[in-house]
Amino acid sequence: MAYPANYRYTREHEWIQVDGKTGTIGITHHAQDSLGEIVFVDLPKPGTNVEEGKIFGSVESVKAVSDIYSPVTGTITEVNEELNQHPEKINEDAHTAWMVKVTLSDPAQVDQLLTPEAYEAYAKEETH
Amino acid sequence: MTGFGGWEMPIEYSGITAEHMAVRTAAGLFDVSHMGEIQFRGHGSLAAVQAVTMNDVARLADGQAQYSALLTPRGTFIDDILVHRLGPNDYLMVVNAGTTQKDYRFIRAQAGSFPGVHIADYSGYYTQLAIQGPRAKEILASLTTTDLDSIKNYWFRWGSVAGQDHVLIARTGYTGEDGFELYLSSDPDASVRMWEAILEAGSPLGLVPCGLGARNTLRLEAGMPLYGHELSEERNVFEAGLERFLKLEKGEFVGSKALMEIQQSGGPARRLAGLEMTGRGIAREGYRVLSPSGEQVGEITSGSPAPFLKKNIALAYLAREMTTVGTEVAVEIRGVAVEAKVVQTPFYRRPRKTAASQ
Repeated sequence: MAYPANYRYTREHEWIQVDGKTGTIGITHHAQDSLGEIVFVDLPKPGTNVEEGKIFGSVESVKAVSDIYSPVTGTITEVNEELNQHPEKINEDAHTAWMVKVTLSDPAQVDQLLTPEAYEAYAKEETH
Repeated sequence: MTGFGGWEMPIEYSGITAEHMAVRTAAGLFDVSHMGEIQFRGHGSLAAVQAVTMNDVARLADGQAQYSALLTPRGTFIDDILVHRLGPNDYLMVVNAGTTQKDYRFIRAQAGSFPGVHIADYSGYYTQLAIQGPRAKEILASLTTTDLDSIKNYWFRWGSVAGQDHVLIARTGYTGEDGFELYLSSDPDASVRMWEAILEAGSPLGLVPCGLGARNTLRLEAGMPLYGHELSEERNVFEAGLERFLKLEKGEFVGSKALMEIQQSGGPARRLAGLEMTGRGIAREGYRVLSPSGEQVGEITSGSPAPFLKKNIALAYLAREMTTVGTEVAVEIRGVAVEAKVVQTPFYRRPRKTAASQ
């Protein structure tokens, strides 16, 4: 699996793509693969503040609920409403099925996150 | 793969929803060899089985099975079981995997010294496969000369399947569909050959292998309880709504006195009810159920999406007065009260064939 080069990743299996002060966030291919068929997504409203490392929503498969952790601190500006009707889009292509867009309060936080190579190695470790 | 009751088992093969839908529309094959089997043999076996179970095995004919339970002296569940009457002096009890040891110890403690009965744990001797779905009979019929039409629901027969003799063919299951459970020798090669023979015969007709995930969504949709969730040593027969399998008139058995007292004192304060989510969310085990004014009135025992019905459903123990069909409640999901309503169970009932189309 090719993890997009311009994304950064967390150990909780989220990705973030940053453009200036805007970050677009989703969960990784590895995450959707572990979860299985995703049937429900629970995301906060625009205007909600999120904090790096804290839970801001959840994603559910048939069998279980999985928390989503924010890679960064900031404020949500947009939510991908399509995922309410079509959560399976995350299984289809996790790296384009974005969940929220965030205005970053501290863009430097992104430097702490994992590169695609580091994340891929981490995800492989976790599987064993 | 996951650990389940001491066994390593698959959660899914091709996907829980796909497997669930296959069972509802064609057929699914389950390896349920993790289940336990306890055998009672000898002229005293009827008395022994009667003493430790709540249903009445004296009503069974040879070749017939019944759903039943092992109860504590308080009338609560040690396990839910199937009892097969192989003969007047020969009973096969099928029990849950995670409780097999506990059940066997209980039975031996209660009836081990009864005269004329030999009770043994034969779990290791049996491979058990379940083939379930509207096309299950058709698929199995291609592998056996046993007349499957003559095996009615909850009856069984010994037969030959896929070239293997001495297979117990039971018309039972845990999905709400028509189907069969096969009990055969646990010889590994023979077991694998049987699995593969059924897959080969059934795949062209839509049969898929199914794991624990679909096993759970299917039984939940069919309103069937699961030990450790709806049934436990903290729940009695009346609360669980299983009184139709309770035969107090058969004579005394473990738990009968306590159940008579509960019955005489007006019944249980809580009862098991089916819920359908009307708001957006999935109820899960352990979530609190609230009244419209926000007080807790119960707790979810099982919940998930129902793939066939395309709703989110759950079972919950609720205060008795809240269990009327149509009652509006809420389920607390991650701190938010999401609307739900009490519905009739089973949530799903398979379409019945008319006599003409049989």
